[in-house]
Amino acid sequence: MARSTGEDAQALIRSLRSAYAATPKNLKIIDLYVAFAVSTALIQVVYMALVGSFPFNSFLSGVLSCVGTAVLAVCLRIQLNKDNKEFKDLAPERAFADFVLCNLVLHLVIMNFLG
Amino acid sequence: MADRRGMPVYFLAIIATLSICNAVASSSVVHPVSDPHRSAAVELFTPAGRSLSLEETYEALRTFEVLGVGKAKLRSDGCLSVLEVLKSAPSSPKDLYYALKVNGLSKCTSERAVFEIAASRLKAALSDASSLLDYHYTVGGLVLIKDQSPDVDVALSDAKGTFQSIKALSQSDGRWRYGSNNPESSTYAAGVALETLAGIIKLEDSEISPSMISAVGNDIKKLFDSIEKYDDGTFYFDEKVVESLEYRGPLATSSAVVVGLSSFASVASEKIDIPGEVLLGLAKFFLAIGVPGDSKDLFYQINALACLENNRRVSVPLILSLPATVLSLTKKDQLKVRVTTVLGANSPPLKLKLRQVLKSDAADVSVIDSQELTHDSEGGFYYLDVLPDNIDVGKYKFVFQILLEDPEHKKSYATGGRIHVPIYVSGVVNVENAVIAVLDSDLGTVDTQKNLDLVKRNDISLSANHLQKLRLSFQLSTPRGLAYTPHQAFLRLKHETKVEHIFVVGNTGKQFELVLDFLRLVEKFYYLSGRYELEVAVGDSVMENSFLWPIGHIELDIPEAPEKAPRPPPVAADPYSRFEVKAEIQHIFRAPEKRPPKELSLAFLGLSFLPFIGFLGGLLSLGVNLKNFPSAPVPATFALLFQVGIGAVLGLYMLFWLKLDLFTTLKAVGLLGAFLLFVGHRILSHLAATSAKLKSA
Repeated sequence: MARSTGEDAQALIRSLRSAYAATPKNLKIIDLYVAFAVSTALIQVVYMALVGSFPFNSFLSGVLSCVGTAVLAVCLRIQLNKDNKEFKDLAPERAFADFVLCNLVLHLVIMNFLG
Repeated sequence: MADRRGMPVYFLAIIATLSICNAVASSSVVHPVSDPHRSAAVELFTPAGRSLSLEETYEALRTFEVLGVGKAKLRSDGCLSVLEVLKSAPSSPKDLYYALKVNGLSKCTSERAVFEIAASRLKAALSDASSLLDYHYTVGGLVLIKDQSPDVDVALSDAKGTFQSIKALSQSDGRWRYGSNNPESSTYAAGVALETLAGIIKLEDSEISPSMISAVGNDIKKLFDSIEKYDDGTFYFDEKVVESLEYRGPLATSSAVVVGLSSFASVASEKIDIPGEVLLGLAKFFLAIGVPGDSKDLFYQINALACLENNRRVSVPLILSLPATVLSLTKKDQLKVRVTTVLGANSPPLKLKLRQVLKSDAADVSVIDSQELTHDSEGGFYYLDVLPDNIDVGKYKFVFQILLEDPEHKKSYATGGRIHVPIYVSGVVNVENAVIAVLDSDLGTVDTQKNLDLVKRNDISLSANHLQKLRLSFQLSTPRGLAYTPHQAFLRLKHETKVEHIFVVGNTGKQFELVLDFLRLVEKFYYLSGRYELEVAVGDSVMENSFLWPIGHIELDIPEAPEKAPRPPPVAADPYSRFEVKAEIQHIFRAPEKRPPKELSLAFLGLSFLPFIGFLGGLLSLGVNLKNFPSAPVPATFALLFQVGIGAVLGLYMLFWLKLDLFTTLKAVGLLGAFLLFVGHRILSHLAATSAKLKSA
């Protein structure tokens, strides 16, 4: 039975990959951006695990900046996805403008908290 | 003044004791004004370098006048300033007042014209006067003019009105305010006011009715109700509120009240009744200062004492003083007492009786009967030929009483009832039959016994073991042959290692004895065997021959110390080592946190750039392009500005982190944000329009 699960897993992955290849390019860019932000956050967490959490505010601001921007990017992706009926009438430029504005506000707060 | 905060508590204590101490009279010795005061006056009133103001010149001249000291240079310097003030045009009433005072003492000028000008100026100032000090200087100046040049017209235009305005400033407790807009009342001001009111009466006594004078008399009574008192019968005045800016201290305040009282009493038609005890208490307050170290204090003291002495309308205090309060039986000292006035002048004829002699520990029974002291008219003092036989070595209180011979004088002089004076009688205490012995413990038989001669060093040697006892005995007797217990009677044993033990020699009557039972003392001696130096010390403040003699040594044989015996305390090589500088204490408020090594941090910094590079690489692999970038110039500029704007905001955030503060940043963000909004709106709407065109097309 192990062999079938292995084969099933591979089949699953292959189908996911092909499905993913069909997504529009701008959504792929946003996914890449999210992956970048999350990996940066992970690296910061590993660093904190190594050297301790002093100064804690800097650690939090760094991690939350990454997480915050990832969240905002996810929201942007939701708004830009044409399959999403809820946001059909929303112009993509408007969504992008919101994204930029929220990011700027987030980073102001983060910079203040960085210390 | 460090005692200011304690004053209210002290004041309460005074009130409590005032009610109790009525008839108990004084018990401290003061000395009347004498040569030390005169030499201090000469020294204090010659300031180095600067010239004296008129007020200071007056104070100096008045003090010299009372003490009978002359100072010509002061007079001539003073006259220069006096003439300047009296002749030149604008002088304040205060300057005129002090100039006239100095003139009265040094007689600089007696030209009528000068006085007339001064009088007219003072009268003009009087009509404008509103505060107590204004009245004081103007009225006082006019009184001085009247004394120095009787022809000049110094009549007051409205004496009654002026009197009433000053009286209106008085308070219900006898104190006075300085002005109608000054709510604080002051005892010093009361003294000044009384002097001013006396001045008005001197100038125009017909206008002032007896009822007004008796009203002021009531104020004086109320003022004297607030007088403060020490236990030994000294009375003084002090302000109720000591924190005010004008607080001058009890000496100045009491002096002002005495001066005011004596001025008023000398012009008042009815007698002001102040108890002699109070006046004597005030005199003692001034005399108990001794010789003040400040010129102003000396002036206050001498001026007040002169008023107390020279005013015949109130009782004149008589001061009892003793040149020596320690009498030696060995030298056969005589008891000598002086009775004088406060300034040192002779008293009227009187008898001085020694009523009682009380021992300090048995304060009820007098050792002697009442006797009279003989008067030595040449020396001016009273003495007792020989001290009565009952008076032995020790501390006593001699109780004197002054009896005036002329019954008329009884009303005009204050003698103070029974006066208690502490006297020390010293003498040689004889030491006899001093014996030191080593006894066997059980039977008490004497093993060795040596006689001691405690008038000099002895050098006996004894030896004992822990089973024996040491006994020291001697007899002390006073010159009169009675028993005496001195303050200290010790035997000291000092070991070779400098460890010492001190024992008190107890007594019954004349016999002093100390028994050291070594069996019980082994632990106290820290089990140290060996040679102990012996010293005997007997001493007292009234013993003329207090002594500390080494008498020899004793070899003590004590068994070894058991395991848990206490160690003797270490004796420091240098007894002053405890005063050395101690180690400095380092204060750590919070230990700094451990920081990671620099290389690790830099490594992770580089590592955190990796995802960004990965992002860029991913973008490239996805095949991103800038094809949608508008080509037309206007939208292109907007697009560029949009990117630049975002970059500027991020750059501003970097600056914010590096050095700016939040407020500047917010202001800049506001500006940039507005710009960015405008630009972004333009470009995004353009893009939206183009994509909509594409869709519809």
